Amino acid sequence: MAYSIQETQNELIEEFGLFDDWADKYEYLIDLGKKLPSLSEAFKTEENVIKGCQSRVWLHAEKQGDHLVFEADSEAVIVKGLISMLIRVLSNHTAEEIMKADLYFIDQIGMSQHLAQTRSNGLLSMVKQMKNYALAFSAK
Amino acid sequence: MMTLDIHKIRQDFPVLDQRVNGSPLIYFDNAATTQKPSVVMEALSHYYKTDNANIHRGLHTLAERATAAYELTRTKIKEFIHAPSSDQIIFTAGTTGSINLVAQTFGRANFSKGDKILISNLEHHSNIVPWQMIAEEKGAIIEVIPVDDRGVLDLEAYRNLLDSRVKLVAVNHVSNAIGTINPIAEMIQLAHAHGAKVLIDGAQSIAHLDVDVQKLDIDFFAFSAHKLFGPTGLGVLYGKRELLDSMPPYQGGGEMIKEVSFEGTTYNELPYKFEAGTPNIADVIAFSAAIDYVNGFSKEALFQQELALLAYATEQLSVIPGLRIVGTAADKIAVISFVIDGLHPQDIGVLLDKFGIAIRTGHHCVQPLMKRYGLVGTCRASFAFYNTFEEIDLFVKALGRTINMLQ
Repeated sequence: MAYSIQETQNELIEEFGLFDDWADKYEYLIDLGKKLPSLSEAFKTEENVIKGCQSRVWLHAEKQGDHLVFEADSEAVIVKGLISMLIRVLSNHTAEEIMKADLYFIDQIGMSQHLAQTRSNGLLSMVKQMKNYALAFSAK
Repeated sequence: MMTLDIHKIRQDFPVLDQRVNGSPLIYFDNAATTQKPSVVMEALSHYYKTDNANIHRGLHTLAERATAAYELTRTKIKEFIHAPSSDQIIFTAGTTGSINLVAQTFGRANFSKGDKILISNLEHHSNIVPWQMIAEEKGAIIEVIPVDDRGVLDLEAYRNLLDSRVKLVAVNHVSNAIGTINPIAEMIQLAHAHGAKVLIDGAQSIAHLDVDVQKLDIDFFAFSAHKLFGPTGLGVLYGKRELLDSMPPYQGGGEMIKEVSFEGTTYNELPYKFEAGTPNIADVIAFSAAIDYVNGFSKEALFQQELALLAYATEQLSVIPGLRIVGTAADKIAVISFVIDGLHPQDIGVLLDKFGIAIRTGHHCVQPLMKRYGLVGTCRASFAFYNTFEEIDLFVKALGRTINMLQ
């Protein structure tokens, strides 16, 4: 059985808990970003671009059975690291689980600065877009 | 030459004395907004504590004090930019507000189908979009003065673009993204020889260069207070008297009228014709303190300090492998835009912030210029006279660590 959204979040909090300083934390995040597989060029369409990010971010969603699977990419590696965590937490869950998800891990691993409502930070837009997909799929 | 005591100057800017993410703040985003000396904050608070009143209408003492302080700022700005008279100084919400005012009044009254507006490839979106809006309405055409690989405007192309259909040339004095100082004296002369008027976007020059609107023969000059160590939400438009007189009012409301009846309204004289409603009184009054502060130094000494920082930073950055400086004009203010092979500016900006360093990353509201250079954005470090050589050393060191982390 796959992990629940809560279990994955707790796992991430534990992983990040190993680092004492921000530099180690960001190095790990950058590593996650580098390891995230690139999105196929066919999905890097204008439609899949998330608005409101300083770097271009593409998000592709697909329904597999009653689960929603996300794939994403970005030009910026830190953003890619953030996306990689969001995918790990939210992908492969039902639309309802995704819509209801409370993403407390972002704050707990010390990344809440990326949720700020500025034009340069897109984490909020990414979460919103993932939840929008969930809403759209559940309505079908 | 007068030498500056930077240590003492820094004490005038309380915001600089703090730690960000555990490191001492290094503020290199002065082209976005400059920090404010204590005297500006004190003037703001003094006004609200002792003089707060609406201006120009009241007969009472507070209203008189507030009005006098408000109008004193206008006089100081007149002197600062060497304008012939205070009533040619109009308060707006910012450079953007000033440019929109000219587009919607001068543009509306003077542009017709087929007329041309010349802008440059270096312009900020604020000096592009207002012209596009009025051009679309009036059937006017926008043409663009090209820029070369160094970030220098092509004056030969400019000469060729000038003809009798050009009604207005709207260019910045200094590029916000790459720091180029444009040869506006020559550009204004050429425009006038063809009967065109000139608007200069002075947002990036006002804090660094001496501006004499009469010597330069500028028709319209726009700038923002917050880029001259003053408060946000306040801008200035200077215009030649015959132009301002001939322009229709901008917004309607109180203050801008002479007499109102339901049959019709007559308008107030300059500058009030363009200042509808209760203005930004407190910030105007506080701006006075910013101007006094800058006037307390030799502007040339401040600029020389900034140029020394620019030269030092340029030298330090140039040796970083894979780093390329975007904008290498001979005449620049202390702005360095750069890109690093294989790295996204956003990643660099995020990590530098963790080191307590504030730079700007992204397209800097000049998407056409980024497109010209085939870039999605750059990293931009912009200095003010209160920055130090030690800060540049720390910045270069942090940038080195940032690059290692990302590669």
